[in-house]
Amino acid sequence: MSLAHPRRPVLGAALKDAGLAALIAAGLFLPMVGLRTDVGPTGALFLRTRWTDVLLLVAIVFAGRFLIRLWQEWRAERHGPSLQKRLAGPMLRLGRFVAPALLLFALLLPLIPGIGRYELDLGILVLTYVMLGWGLNIVVGLAGLLDLGYVAFYAVGAYSYALLAQYFGLSFWICLPLAGLLAAFWGILLGFPVLRLRGDYLAIVTLGFGEIIRLVLLNWVSLTGGPNGISGIPRPSFFGLAFTAGGGPGSFADFFGLEPSPTHRVVFLYYLILALALLTNWVTLRLRRQPLGRAWEAMREDEIACRSLGINITTTKLTAFALGAMFGGFAGAFFATRQAFISPESFTFIESAIILAIVVLGGLGSQLGVAIAALVLIGGFEVFRDLQEWRMLVFGAAMVLIMIWKPRGLVGSRTPTVALSEKRTISAAMVAEGRG
Amino acid sequence: MAPILTVEKLTMRFGGLTAVKEVSFTAAEGAITAVIGPNGAGKTTMFNCITGFYRPTGGSLVLHHGGQEVALHRLAGHRIARAGVARTFQNVRLFAGMTALENLLVAQHRKLMASTGFGIGAVLGLSGYKAAEQAAIGRATAWLEACGLIDRADDPAGSLPYGAQRRLEIARAMCTEPALLCLDEPAAGLNPRESTALGELLRAIRDGRAAEGAAPCSILLIEHDMGVVMGISDHIVVLDHGSKIADGTPAAIRADEKVIAAYLGEGDEDEHEDSAA
Repeated sequence: MSLAHPRRPVLGAALKDAGLAALIAAGLFLPMVGLRTDVGPTGALFLRTRWTDVLLLVAIVFAGRFLIRLWQEWRAERHGPSLQKRLAGPMLRLGRFVAPALLLFALLLPLIPGIGRYELDLGILVLTYVMLGWGLNIVVGLAGLLDLGYVAFYAVGAYSYALLAQYFGLSFWICLPLAGLLAAFWGILLGFPVLRLRGDYLAIVTLGFGEIIRLVLLNWVSLTGGPNGISGIPRPSFFGLAFTAGGGPGSFADFFGLEPSPTHRVVFLYYLILALALLTNWVTLRLRRQPLGRAWEAMREDEIACRSLGINITTTKLTAFALGAMFGGFAGAFFATRQAFISPESFTFIESAIILAIVVLGGLGSQLGVAIAALVLIGGFEVFRDLQEWRMLVFGAAMVLIMIWKPRGLVGSRTPTVALSEKRTISAAMVAEGRG
Repeated sequence: MAPILTVEKLTMRFGGLTAVKEVSFTAAEGAITAVIGPNGAGKTTMFNCITGFYRPTGGSLVLHHGGQEVALHRLAGHRIARAGVARTFQNVRLFAGMTALENLLVAQHRKLMASTGFGIGAVLGLSGYKAAEQAAIGRATAWLEACGLIDRADDPAGSLPYGAQRRLEIARAMCTEPALLCLDEPAAGLNPRESTALGELLRAIRDGRAAEGAAPCSILLIEHDMGVVMGISDHIVVLDHGSKIADGTPAAIRADEKVIAAYLGEGDEDEHEDSAA
């Protein structure tokens, strides 16, 4: 009896809570799901009602909320470490194998039987975002500078390659470093005015910068073609061997005596972006263990203390912006050569937001976390394509769940760059996010 | 004794408020100079001028280091540290998410950066960065030992107890190899035993015997704990309402009527007239 007694109010509270949640859900879903305009047989619009769907959704919300509340109560009553804490040990051991396993999988993907054009294209897309995430990770994760306009550098890189190829006929391999350099230059250009800004102010100015670049591209019709974009961007060659569909002399297939196949180019592009992404990762990992990378992290932790130690904040911030931008530029040049067509449409704010979401969900400063987040976010987008309009809902729910479960991102902890005895992971609670 | 720092008519105004008014004093090389005064006397403001966090409204600050005279009041913040002035903060400012060892390596940033070949050489593994880093770790280890933190070297700075954080901050400042170490209330929040140990450490730093390979270092400190100040200072400067009211050895300061009046408050107007005369 004594056990049953406190149970009753808990059940009632959970019911009340679930009812409230269901009420809010009903308010939201009634107009959004319940009413729908369709085109009738005569071409006129008519209003279709879907009350059963609404009822179903509200019931799901009610049941879900009720169960969550009950589970919370049950967990609070139980003593001992939470599930997350008990899993921490095995997860850590598992984590050590995740990075090599992912790398091996990425390297072997095109060789796995049954992997077709679609899977490789998806792989290329995911790797592009992995690379962009790693590039932005330098600025946001290591240096702690919140940059909402990262897509601007992606655009600079893409347009650099497209324009250089179009006007001067330069090849991809010459344009790639040039695109990186130009993006880095724009990174420094953005860096100067925002040196004094912090946090929200920095975010707003970088957001504006991203939009400025897009609007210039959109309106400078004589150079960029404006909204029509640039088409016919040359494809990259394999050390001078072109990937032509018909084979022919001097083509990749001809040189190696292979049957001409459009898959060759896709595989080549896949390995190209993989190499570029790994380059980004390698440079970042190397720099982290060196004075510059440590100065970035120190700046994220405490800028004033950095200054008192003789670290030049100006150059340290600018190098972070420049390096992050450079990798964005590389990715942009790759994007241009892969698509063979670019327009300002591809460089809207939502791209910046997705890249930032990858970095934040993955864990600021964590290379592995960013890679997993890119895989989940971009890959998940494709996997749930069948869900059509529900895709965004699933996607949003997943993001909310991750933020509840791991507020500091999937891998929020930090590995020291150097140690006297053994490197012990620093818990996420210690590490600062940076205030701009 | 030769001076390490000459402060000449230093004035700092914030709008209509004059926080520091024409303060002049000299800190001697190889000595511990303390700046004391009641709350709001302008100690921290003066400190921020010396360490480059404020640009003084008037007056000059000259550091005498290695036979050269450096005008600190003209330098940008990070250049003052490079000129040989290191500081700690009233509310400890460590890099909490980095280990104690990493904190000390960040302090040696300039020296290490020079060995990386603009950062590019070290990424490619070309320059003599490895050797430079080993030397830096050696120096950091020596200071961790000096501060009794060698066992916590690989723990994040934020997880250390408060007293250890204070010591680590001093070690970090010392890793920049300064000529003058400026401490802003180093004994704040320490228990008596820790305060005594701190006094020992500061004396050792002054004489250059704190850590292996450390050079003697002059110290300038702000402190409220009179026990610490009187025990370790060679020279004391007293500020009140932004002006210097006394300057001398601990014994002389203890006997100074103006200092006593400033700390304990004047009895009434008559007494004030007397002491001023």
